[in-house]
Amino acid sequence: MLEGLFMGLSTAFSFTNLLMVVGGCLIGTFIGMLPGLGPMSIIAIMIPVAVTIGDPSGALILLAGVYYGAIFGGSTSSILINAPGVASTVATAFDGYPLTRQGKAGKALTVAAIASFSGGTIGAMLLMVFAPMLATVALLFHSAEYFAMMVVGLSAIAAFAGTGQVPKALMMTVAGLMLATVGETALFNLPRFTGGIMDLQSGLAFVTLAMAMFALPEALFLVLDPKRSKSEGSGGKITDLRITRAEAKLIAPVIGRQSIQGFLIGVLPGAGATIASFLGYAVERNLAKGEEQAEFGKGSLKGLAAPEAANNAACTGSFVPLLTLGIPGSGTTAILLGALVALNVTPGPRLMVDEPAVFWSVIISMYVGNLVLLALNLPLIPYIAKVLAVPRTYLIPFILFFTLIGAYIGQNNATELLMLIGLGVIATLLRFANYPLPPLLIGFILGRMLEDNFARSMQIHGGPGFILERPMTMALLAFAVLLVVLPGLRSYRKRRVEAKKAGVADGD
Amino acid sequence: MKTMTQVRRAARTLALASVASFAVSGALVGLAQAADKMIDQIHIIVPGGAGGGWDGTARGTGEALTKSGLVGTVSYENMSGGGGGKANAYMIENAESNGDTLMVNSTPIVIRSLTGVFPQSFRDLTLIAGTIGDYAALVVGKDSPINTMADLLAAYKADPAKVSIGGGSVPGGMDHLVAALVMEGAGVDSTQVNYIPYDAGGKAMAGLLSGEITALSTGLSEAIAMSEAGEVKVIGITSAERVPALPDAQTMKEQGIDAEFVNWRGFFGPPGLPQEKVDRYIATFKAMYDTPEWEEVRARNGWVNIFKPGDEFRTFLEAQEKSLGDLMKKLGFL
Repeated sequence: MLEGLFMGLSTAFSFTNLLMVVGGCLIGTFIGMLPGLGPMSIIAIMIPVAVTIGDPSGALILLAGVYYGAIFGGSTSSILINAPGVASTVATAFDGYPLTRQGKAGKALTVAAIASFSGGTIGAMLLMVFAPMLATVALLFHSAEYFAMMVVGLSAIAAFAGTGQVPKALMMTVAGLMLATVGETALFNLPRFTGGIMDLQSGLAFVTLAMAMFALPEALFLVLDPKRSKSEGSGGKITDLRITRAEAKLIAPVIGRQSIQGFLIGVLPGAGATIASFLGYAVERNLAKGEEQAEFGKGSLKGLAAPEAANNAACTGSFVPLLTLGIPGSGTTAILLGALVALNVTPGPRLMVDEPAVFWSVIISMYVGNLVLLALNLPLIPYIAKVLAVPRTYLIPFILFFTLIGAYIGQNNATELLMLIGLGVIATLLRFANYPLPPLLIGFILGRMLEDNFARSMQIHGGPGFILERPMTMALLAFAVLLVVLPGLRSYRKRRVEAKKAGVADGD
Repeated sequence: MKTMTQVRRAARTLALASVASFAVSGALVGLAQAADKMIDQIHIIVPGGAGGGWDGTARGTGEALTKSGLVGTVSYENMSGGGGGKANAYMIENAESNGDTLMVNSTPIVIRSLTGVFPQSFRDLTLIAGTIGDYAALVVGKDSPINTMADLLAAYKADPAKVSIGGGSVPGGMDHLVAALVMEGAGVDSTQVNYIPYDAGGKAMAGLLSGEITALSTGLSEAIAMSEAGEVKVIGITSAERVPALPDAQTMKEQGIDAEFVNWRGFFGPPGLPQEKVDRYIATFKAMYDTPEWEEVRARNGWVNIFKPGDEFRTFLEAQEKSLGDLMKKLGFL
């Protein structure tokens, strides 16, 4: 292994490969900032370039750099304009955008960059040390456990079910789950609930729904409520860039935990960065106490750091099944696999032995890449955040433009624009009625995987008995229940204690 | 519609330009002009997203065609939606302006038009040629007690519900039909197959390795690397004879099972394409097989050459439509 490591070191630090890392990260992070262009489409565009390079190490280093660079940069549009371009940055918008509205966009971007960097770097360390061993971990989960894991992920909606909001949040979740059933699924050979519309056959597009639920209502709100747009973030001065020592102390344990948890979730071929970000958010919200917990969803630094650390670590983790088993866990890694095969490298258990230079140089390049990303992003934050200083009359059309383009590019389909506007109007009405929209998106993203894995388990085990038969499924489901019930119980007990105290005081 | 196409063209040109400008090495410029150029340009519509099987076929074929000098430039356009129906509609609606446009497709165009996922069928398009194929395979995990088709059939006869066979397509889709075809060929009840669908081939393979399914129905090319790594055992392939890429894998025929299947991939033109153009396309593809550039692409992807031009392609597709249609009726999907 050591020999391979040294080989990887020398390969990774060759001049051309360093150029590849920097180039890949640059392209990834800048294109990733645009809503609508996720890592998958960027990598697909880069494939011909990578194949032309001819050297598999260089090509993979470049593509990997594009991948984690895009995840790194993806948080920007979530934080600044509430427009998550990829599913894994939806959770970033939960707290990132409220921070922007409070005029703390610079700080939010800094926290996101640091969390991303830590997630990526810790992920790379874990990948280097444990990759060969983790191959078995990747195969530990059956469909039954994936189903249970999606249930745990759904518990993230609890953050939006504040006082008196529980029925509303649940309704939105169910609406999201229902939207997820539109179109073809893996389970039936005919499309469902499309109303005969061909554009709905492959289901609603994530980007369209995300833009309609988050970015569009936000922009419309700013138009409809000029007072609000004037009072908040006025002048757009970004003074608050640095994070204080107290804040660093606050988010450090969150980042540490979520880097590890996110990495492990990323290793599972059926999970990935999106699930990691939701789970990270849900878990951290529950670990937080009292006021800190109430902050989640309203601009908590912890709530921002958790999904950002988790999704970057998960992105690194997804290289485990790809490199050690040759199994792509996501659409993005499937494209990477295709590129590797095109370069005559077959990922799998023998890759480490047959092509140690490729295997190790990619992992080592990730350290360099994350450093490059941090060095690239931190100094740029004041400039990026300045976007918000643009007068509202120009900023709003700009946001609308990116929202529409984002929905169009993803599918290359003009019908998406009509759907975007229709859904956007509905979302705006829902916002007026004070319905929380994030649960709808969470339900939509997790819904399909929830259903697929549940139905698959039912078919394999011939009924719902698998829940009792498989201890890990049971444990995960119990964990989900705990995540939902515990905060309620805690606040109930607190209220009782307070009531008691108040009663005693009255007696005196 | 026309303006949309123009916008698309513009976007494409932009994307191509940016890619080209990034290719510092200049390898794109220094293409050897080995063979005589037969066609100036081809635009290939890929009915699915980037990175899929159709995408790989289009780009691989395009690479061989341009590198060998047979075709000047090849451009690609991913047009997913409607399980391929969107691309079909595009080819038909814009037939007049699509003289330089081909669409890549494969066995699912037959299956999906049978099930009515989209209203069109291969008959609505101009058939150019079936170019490559991939045989199907049944695969089990390395620690499975099953080593041959006989073992699998014995387990299946004992309790078909316990023998779960996974695949990367929907029930009634290709992977399911292959499993049923094999059972049919072995003379056992094909309607009892406990088929477990996954949303992608990679996830189905992960399901097999994790041990949640008994066997996997997959394309042979996807199983070769895993088999060479010793992670899986290929217990039967649907070719007439053994395949050089995996000489140890027994065919279904050898094991007394009358089942042959090839997942073809090929190219279609818009309806009403002039015969003279069709002939030129066919001649170009024919010439492609003899170039070293094609051999390189073919070998690294593990594809099998099947050249079925024009009318031969039609006969083949009609036969496949008949046999798959009969099977789907029997399984209750039609």
